[in-house]
Amino acid sequence: MADINFIHFPDFKNITKNKKIEQAPIPKRAILPLSQHAGAPAEPVVNPGDSVKTGSLIAQAKGLISANLHSSISGRVIAIEESPHPIIGIFKAILIESDGQDAKVSLDSIPVKDVSALSKEEITALIKEAGIVGLGGAAFPLFVKLNPPPAKKINELIINGAECEPFLTCDHRLMLEKPKEIILGVQLMAKVLGAKDIIIGIEENKIDAVERLNSSIFALKPQIPNFKVKILKTQYPQGGEKQLIKTLLNKEVPSGGLPFDIGVVVNNVQTVFAVYEAVYLRKPLYERVITVSGSFPNIAKNILVRIGTPIKDILDYCGLSPKDSVYKIIMGGPMTGVAQFNLNAPVIKGTSGILILDKKFKVKEEEFGCIRCSRCIEACPLGLMPCAIGLSAKKERFDIASSYDPFDCIECGSCSYVCPSKIPLVQLVKLAKSKIKRQ
Amino acid sequence: MNKLTVSPSPHIKSNQTASKIMWAVVISLIPAGIAGIYIFGISSLNVIILSMLSCIFTEALFLKFRNKDPKTILDGSAILTGLLLAYNLPPDIPFWIPVIGGIVSIVLGKQIFGGLGQNIFNPALVGRAFLQISWPVYMTTWKNPRWWPDAVSSATPLAKEAGAHFTYMDLFLGNRAGSIGEVCVIALAIGALFLLATKIISLHIPLSFIGTVGIITWVFGKEGFFKGDFIFNILAGGIILGAFFMATDYVTSPLTKKGKIIFGVGCGILTAIIRLRGSYPEGVCYSILFMNAAVPIIDRFTRTKKYGLIKK
Repeated sequence: MADINFIHFPDFKNITKNKKIEQAPIPKRAILPLSQHAGAPAEPVVNPGDSVKTGSLIAQAKGLISANLHSSISGRVIAIEESPHPIIGIFKAILIESDGQDAKVSLDSIPVKDVSALSKEEITALIKEAGIVGLGGAAFPLFVKLNPPPAKKINELIINGAECEPFLTCDHRLMLEKPKEIILGVQLMAKVLGAKDIIIGIEENKIDAVERLNSSIFALKPQIPNFKVKILKTQYPQGGEKQLIKTLLNKEVPSGGLPFDIGVVVNNVQTVFAVYEAVYLRKPLYERVITVSGSFPNIAKNILVRIGTPIKDILDYCGLSPKDSVYKIIMGGPMTGVAQFNLNAPVIKGTSGILILDKKFKVKEEEFGCIRCSRCIEACPLGLMPCAIGLSAKKERFDIASSYDPFDCIECGSCSYVCPSKIPLVQLVKLAKSKIKRQ
Repeated sequence: MNKLTVSPSPHIKSNQTASKIMWAVVISLIPAGIAGIYIFGISSLNVIILSMLSCIFTEALFLKFRNKDPKTILDGSAILTGLLLAYNLPPDIPFWIPVIGGIVSIVLGKQIFGGLGQNIFNPALVGRAFLQISWPVYMTTWKNPRWWPDAVSSATPLAKEAGAHFTYMDLFLGNRAGSIGEVCVIALAIGALFLLATKIISLHIPLSFIGTVGIITWVFGKEGFFKGDFIFNILAGGIILGAFFMATDYVTSPLTKKGKIIFGVGCGILTAIIRLRGSYPEGVCYSILFMNAAVPIIDRFTRTKKYGLIKK
């Protein structure tokens, strides 16, 4: 077994951790990219001119790994065209103009009955229909994750409440404000997977969430033999799937494999909450909680926002003044998030936050030669040697780079963070991966 | 809204920089320098200044020659090389020796490999080895501490003719002849503690280096089998300076913890062999240089163990 490394840094969570989740206004226009999940893009089932309600299916999962997409507002489809996308720059999206009504529809394929009477298959069908994907960031379609090959028996279900990225507090707030719903969602997931052990992992900077969930477990008395909340050290990237499994179970996911190879499934708390809503409320995934934070604490908030809301609308709602000298706007956390250049890009299912940073976050030092200090090696949570991969990639020696296992890299950014020479190591590892793949 | 900056993640970075690290090592060496100047007098300061100026000047010339940003001169690495070279020289040496040593350190030790981060050997030790071979008499003419009655030319405690008339306390405080920066163990220890506390160095190399020398000189020491005076061997000579400040040089030592331990043990074995069986009283400089040459092969066989490697 390998030693596992973590890094420590200021978490900046005090800015928003005590701010209640607010409902953000419904956008006048929603941009809903057909690809907001891992796998194949969804296929539109509406045409320009069609009127839709909030929650109407507008694009259907296509292929084995894909996810349904629902309208997040009621109104009229105005176009299906290439539009700004926060991660990949531009992608085909369904544009909907609001009628201001927010008239809702709900999932209707499964007859309404007592939730406890629903079978595994019925729960999975509701999850699939609701278009739920992993809301921690990777956006992997959930129904695929809940349907491991029959040969793989799932013993442990881990719920990821680590939220290890600095600034983000949306999962924290959700655990504080919706603990019962989360526990009910966990029960549904455990039923689908047949998991006997359930562990909710939460970093120690969110002790109040641990207490809240524990008291909900006590109150609800779920019929699961082994259901516990575990406190994790605050360290990065504690919320990485592989790292969480190692810390909680002292098991390692085989290189190149998936958690279900060792009988484990990991899901984020917000995903669990979406499952609760899909099954109990028959509500498709058309909104989520995000954190707006950064250098301007006066506009920082945790908000429940409709998928497809343009970043600009959110900044206006939060009250960003044009006078504020903004340096960078990031979708996601500061370690793995994507810097935005077009503020018309929308919030998508995998968006956990929007960070508005000023010049204080500018890295002043220029890139320097590698001094072989080995800080990146001591920071890598996968036990890799980022400098060896990165420097070979720089010299275009991808043959050498590939011998240092770049494909095990989860792109957490720890190596770039610690590098005293400010070498963009994670970037170079990504380059090595794409070059080797193309060969 | 004004212009937005787009850059790849991560969007936050630690505030540690390569240059800060170099300057921290320079700072950590200051106590030993002050001790050297106090013990041997102002001639030590002259050697230190000449050596540093020589390194900085040579480096500046090369940066200009290679069309590099002249600001890089302030990264602290050339100053550090000059300082370390001076600490390895006798205090009362002709002025041109540190000057030539500095030029050789920067040119042959560093710049011909491509500058900072590219060199195989510790630059200061390359300079010192060159001087040692070229002017052996100057390089072994020592000066006694200022307060000794016979001021000039005694042997270092390690020399065979010196005999063991030093107490451990003499060695610890630096009441002996030797190179400028190596004599005062307590001053070196203060600097080493600073580097350990700021996590600039780890104990892997120094501990395995010093430990190996200790064990070998205890077992095979000249006092008899398992009777060797290992404390004397560790405190006398340049092991403390070498193990904490030279062998730990990032550029010329292995990347992984395992590699660092192998490197330190190798340095220790070579130092002990040179001291016990060689014709030469001191072995730290050459043992580190030898092990520098072995770093690529150590790195090759001491890769880290990655996550998720399941035994078949």
